[in-house]
Amino acid sequence: MTVATDVPSPRALAAWRTLEQGFDRVFGSVGNPLRQLGALAFLAFWLLAVSGIWLYAVFDTSAAGSYESIEALSASRASIGGLMRSLHRYGTDAFILFTALHLLREALHGRWRWFRGFSWWTGSALLPLVAVSAVGGFWLNWDRLGQFSAIATAEWLDALPLLANPLARNFLGAGAVSDRLFSLFIFVHLGVPLLLLFGLWFHIQRITAAAVFPPRRLMTGTLLCLLALALLVPVRGQGPANLAEVPATLALDWFVLFVHPLMYASSATLTWALVAGAWLLLMLLPWLPAPRRAEPVAVVDPANCNGCRRCFADCPYAAITMHPHPNGRPGRQLARVDPDLCASCGICAGSCPSSTPFRSAAELVTGIDMPQLTVGVLRERLRSGLKAMHAPRPIVVFGCAEGADASQLQGDDVLALPLICTGQLPPSFVEYALRDGAAGVLVASCREGGCAFRLGARWTAERLAGQREPHLRASVPAERVASAQADAGELPVLHAALATMRANLAQINAPDAPDAKMHHG
Amino acid sequence: MDEASKVPVQPRGALAWVGQVVLYGLFALFIGVFSHWPSYRHLAPDTALVKLSLVHAGKPVSDCRTLSAEELAKLPPNMRVATSCPRERSPVTVELDIDGRNAARAEAHPSGLSRDGSSAVYHRLPVPAGERLIQVRLRDDVRSPGFAYTLERRVKLAPAQVLVIDFNAEKGGITLQ
Repeated sequence: MTVATDVPSPRALAAWRTLEQGFDRVFGSVGNPLRQLGALAFLAFWLLAVSGIWLYAVFDTSAAGSYESIEALSASRASIGGLMRSLHRYGTDAFILFTALHLLREALHGRWRWFRGFSWWTGSALLPLVAVSAVGGFWLNWDRLGQFSAIATAEWLDALPLLANPLARNFLGAGAVSDRLFSLFIFVHLGVPLLLLFGLWFHIQRITAAAVFPPRRLMTGTLLCLLALALLVPVRGQGPANLAEVPATLALDWFVLFVHPLMYASSATLTWALVAGAWLLLMLLPWLPAPRRAEPVAVVDPANCNGCRRCFADCPYAAITMHPHPNGRPGRQLARVDPDLCASCGICAGSCPSSTPFRSAAELVTGIDMPQLTVGVLRERLRSGLKAMHAPRPIVVFGCAEGADASQLQGDDVLALPLICTGQLPPSFVEYALRDGAAGVLVASCREGGCAFRLGARWTAERLAGQREPHLRASVPAERVASAQADAGELPVLHAALATMRANLAQINAPDAPDAKMHHG
Repeated sequence: MDEASKVPVQPRGALAWVGQVVLYGLFALFIGVFSHWPSYRHLAPDTALVKLSLVHAGKPVSDCRTLSAEELAKLPPNMRVATSCPRERSPVTVELDIDGRNAARAEAHPSGLSRDGSSAVYHRLPVPAGERLIQVRLRDDVRSPGFAYTLERRVKLAPAQVLVIDFNAEKGGITLQ
C-alpha cells in the first residue's frame, strides 16, 4: 500500500505536521484550528453574512449618505452597530487568512487530483469571487480608503482591453460618483457573495459530512477572539472620500488590499500576470500530467450486498450511490461505486455488516471490499498470525498505512496488521481477534482531524465506542481493547501505547486475576 | 476501551489553557495589526497628481464625397444618398508639457471594429506641488497637421491635489478641473 497522493514537498509537509502536532498539545486534536481550516473559513463566512445583513439594514445606499451612515454606527465604542462593522471587517480578514491556510494545507498534501480534483477545482474557482467580494466592501464606506481602492481597482481593470472608455473616468471629480454607480458597488458586494455561497455549496458537494462549523470550543474561541479585537480596536472610517485630493497616507487592510500597492509599485500588467498566472496554475493543477492511480477501487459483490446503505453513509467522498438490486426483490438496493470518486480507502468495507469474520464460510466474501486487501485476506492473516504466536499474551495491532507505520511493531508478542485506513477495520475483527487467542487489541489510527481520508479515524472511534454501526459489541472486555492516534512518523506514540497495553494485560492476567481470555468455536 | 493511550482530543492541564490564550492572542494580534498596519503612502509628500483623461471622437479620416450617377444606380433605391462619408475616425493625439518639458504624449486610436468610436486617454502623473505651467495640445484630424486644440495655463498645485485635464467640446475643448 502506498500513500494516496504524492506530495509536492515532503519537507514542507513534515514541517506543517510538526506545527499541527504542536497545536494538538494546546487545542487537542479535535479543536486544533490547523486541522479545521475549511470549517473556520465557513465560520468566518457565516459571521460576515450575519454582520453584513445587520449593516445593510442601517446603511444609507446613496453615494452622499453612505459615509455618514457608516460612521454613525461607530459613534460609540460599544454600540452594536460599531461592533458589527468591526466584526465585518475582521471577519473578512479572518476569512481570507483561513482560506489561504486551507489552500496551503491541501496543497502541501498534494490534494488536487483524482478524487479530490473536483473540490480543488471548485475551491480555486471561488478565489476571484472572494477577492471581488472583499475589495468591493471597502468601496461602500466611501471613505478615503474606499476611494483609493475603487480608483486603484478601476485603473487595474483599465489595463485590460475590455472597455472603450476607462473605468477610472468614473472617479475624476467631485460629484462624479453618482447614486447609479454606487448601486453597482452595492450589487457587487451583495451579488458576488451570494454567488460565492452558491459556489461553496458546489465545493463541498463531493464531501460527506462536510464541516461547515468548527467544533464548538474552537468556534467559541475564534468568535470571542474577533469580538475582543472589535471592542479593543474598533474599525473607523478614514475621512470622507474627496476626489479632488489623493488620499496620500492610508491605514491599509493588507489581507484584502495588498494588490493595490503591488500594482503601483510595479505595473498593472505585471500585477495581472502575477495574479492571473497564480490563479490559472491553481485551476490547472488537477489536469497537469500525473502518475496513474495504482490502487484499485472498491468492488461491490451483489450476492453479499443487502443494500443497507452503511457504505453509502460512511464513504467520505460520496463515491457510493444506491440503485435497485438486480435480484429484483422489491425495495432491495445495491451499492454502486463511482471509480472516479473512489479514494480506495476501504472505509466502505469496514462499514459493511457482511464483513464480519465470524461468518462460517470458508472464503469470506463481503458486500463491498478492496481487491488489494480483502476482509477475507485480513481474516486469514489474523488467523495464521495468531496461530504462529507462542507469547503468553499476544497483542494484535491494526494500523493505518497513512499514519505511523504499525508494521514496525511486529514482534514475538505483537501481530501487526496494516490496513489501508483504520476505517477499513470492521469492529467485529476486534472481538474475533480476542476470541482467536489475542490477549489484547490495539487499534492505531491517524490523529483525529488528520485522517488522510477525512473520516476514517472518526468512524472507527465511533464504531468502537458503540456509537456507529457496525459497532463493537458491548460484551467485548473494554480493558483488552485500546486505541492510539499517531500520524506518519509518530512511531514512538504507538510504542508507548503498546507498552501501556502490555502493562495492563499483565495486571489482568496476573495469577490471582480471573482469566478473561475469550474463545470462539 | 483504554483511553490513556489516546492523543488528547480535548486540551488538558493549565499549560494547554495558557497556550490557547497565547495562540488566540497571537491570532487576534495578527489580524488586528495587518488590518491597519503598516500604513501605505500612495503619493510622496509635497506631490500633486495630474490626471490626463479624456474621451473624444476624432474627425473622420477623409472628406465626404459626392457619388456619381453610376454609383448611385448600383445602390438599392432606399440607400441612394448623394454623399458618402467614411465611418473611420482619426486617432486623437494629446501632448502634455509641464514647465516646458514634455510629460506625456498619447495617441489613442478610435474604439470599435470599424474604428468609428471615440478615443480614450488616461494617464496619471505625480508632479511636485507648487506653481506649474501646464501646456496641452490635442489633434483629432489626420487631414490637418497641426493641433486643433491647445491650452496653456499656470496653476498652483497643492500637495495631494488632483488636477484633471479633460476635453469637453461644449466648454471649448481642453479643460482643467
